Amino acid sequence: MKRSWIPSLITLGVVLFLFAPLVVLVANSFNASRFGGEWEGFTLNWYEKLWAAGEVWESLWITLKIAVSASLAAMVLGTLAAYALHRFRSWLQNVHHTLITLPLVMPDILMGISLLALFVLTGIETGLLTIWIAHVTFCLSFVTMVVLGRLQDFDFTLIDAARDLGATRAMAVKKVLLPLLLPGVLAGGLLAFTLSIDDYVITFFVSGPGTTTLPLRVASMMRTSRSLPMINALSTLLIASTFVLAVLSSRLQRRA
Amino acid sequence: MDDFLVIDHVTKTFGAQRAVDDVSLAVSPGEAFSLLGPSGCGKTTLLRMIAGFERPDRGRILVAGQDITELPPEQRPVNTVFQNYALFPHLNVWENVAFGLRMGRRPREEIRSGVDRMLELVRLAEHARKRPAQLSGGQRQRVAIARALVNRPQVLLLDEPLAALDLKLRQHMLMELNTIHEQVGTTFIYVTHDQGEAMSLSNRIAVMNAGKVEQIDSPEHLYETPRSSFVATFIGDANFFTGKAVEMQHEGYVRVMIEGLGSPLVLSNGVVSSNQMLRLMVRPEKISLTLKRPLSGERVNAFPGVVEDSSYFGSHTRYRIRAGEHLITAQLQRSRFSGGEISPAHGTSVWMSFHPDEGRIVRLEDAA
Repeated sequence: MKRSWIPSLITLGVVLFLFAPLVVLVANSFNASRFGGEWEGFTLNWYEKLWAAGEVWESLWITLKIAVSASLAAMVLGTLAAYALHRFRSWLQNVHHTLITLPLVMPDILMGISLLALFVLTGIETGLLTIWIAHVTFCLSFVTMVVLGRLQDFDFTLIDAARDLGATRAMAVKKVLLPLLLPGVLAGGLLAFTLSIDDYVITFFVSGPGTTTLPLRVASMMRTSRSLPMINALSTLLIASTFVLAVLSSRLQRRA
Repeated sequence: MDDFLVIDHVTKTFGAQRAVDDVSLAVSPGEAFSLLGPSGCGKTTLLRMIAGFERPDRGRILVAGQDITELPPEQRPVNTVFQNYALFPHLNVWENVAFGLRMGRRPREEIRSGVDRMLELVRLAEHARKRPAQLSGGQRQRVAIARALVNRPQVLLLDEPLAALDLKLRQHMLMELNTIHEQVGTTFIYVTHDQGEAMSLSNRIAVMNAGKVEQIDSPEHLYETPRSSFVATFIGDANFFTGKAVEMQHEGYVRVMIEGLGSPLVLSNGVVSSNQMLRLMVRPEKISLTLKRPLSGERVNAFPGVVEDSSYFGSHTRYRIRAGEHLITAQLQRSRFSGGEISPAHGTSVWMSFHPDEGRIVRLEDAA
């Protein structure tokens, strides 16, 4: 086969385009210069400052709490919704389907405003609960879509087979349907988790005092140049942990 | 013959369509029985009702005297081999076979020995740890059979068991299924659209058409004495003629005038009386071809025709022969010239003949 340098060139371009900003960011987190314009020597100073910034860790904790609980709830509700959408057909299901897909296409800012309007109207005080509700709302759509895709490939004669072999309806779901859907549910949950963890726009509208999530905290830190290098350090830590998670999950998938 | 599986006046409609229309039949213990018919004839719906996936609108289904009509599938003494096997892809072969026993909460030791014995029977012991995706089509089929039989069902249902296999494997599995049936002695119910499959697998066949049973009989009887033209054409090929009984003869024979055919024919009779309209069915392989008029023994039906075309099939040759208004299909086992039989070319004038006992006559319903 004839070798061409074009694919390599394109690959290189893509890698540069995607990762150059990250390289700059990681480098600057170790740069003694406050503004990162030029290299002024290696330092761990920003990490020390970050370590001491209690409010950042508090925000991270809030974010994780919301991301974990919201994606778990979205996994349960999304799987149920996908099952209902797949198994039953009626005009009401068409409405259901539209409602589920709406958050995928609706601008975040619209969703944020409308959710806020709802909470104000119903008198629910903004805070952890309202953020959680908002996150479940948009995560639900993503989980449903992923699980729905998985269901479309599912052979329902397997359920017949299970019942034929003596499984009750519930046992057939537990022993056959759920294990086969699980990869889809987990993939949807992972997607929901990553969406929840870095959501800014919607969270901005529905958060309250004392519930500053990490994206909100970072945005507010951006306003003062003093804490810019701290954001670099924080981002580097996030990149590192994301990398570890990605490696772990691919190992898990290979074993399954 | 004591009845073991009984279908008692079962009807099932989907919307306006009667998928199964007042079907009754009875299967003996240990029998290999086939439901045969074209797609849409209701055989699969009937199978699904026996398995418990559909509920009949009317009628009852009994197994060994027990009415199972209202039981959910998991409580029926019936197991199914599905058309595409429906093996659980997330479980290995051993776990697939163990599924039913585990659902039945059998003791661990019984499950182990039961599954091992069953894998031995279908010769898959060395593949026990493989996933279904790693098996060939024939192996998957055997897993499906083992998975069903391990539960010691009173009746085993097999839905188009050979349809997903290629020709070579199909012939092999055909023999394998017969062997397994002999070894376990369970009542087997096959559903198939393939007459060859049904004939070689079963003791008796129910031929179904448009939701109704046309005839229940042994393969030999279905082929030799079909009760309707549907059965005659579905089981093998047949030439059909319409005619009228003109004269009753001694020893149960009858003279028949066939429309569009000059000479009268003599046939063995059981159903018609003088002046009744009838249909005559003659199998292609019952017709002999000769160049000259056969020496007329008293009871040989002979009439002339012209060969229109022939197709060579290796083991036999088929001819299409024009005789008056009829285009008759004849099939010769030997394509070599022998014993007065010929291998005629296109346009040759030939004589067709068959013995009076080898045509079958059916009374036409609308005859006077």
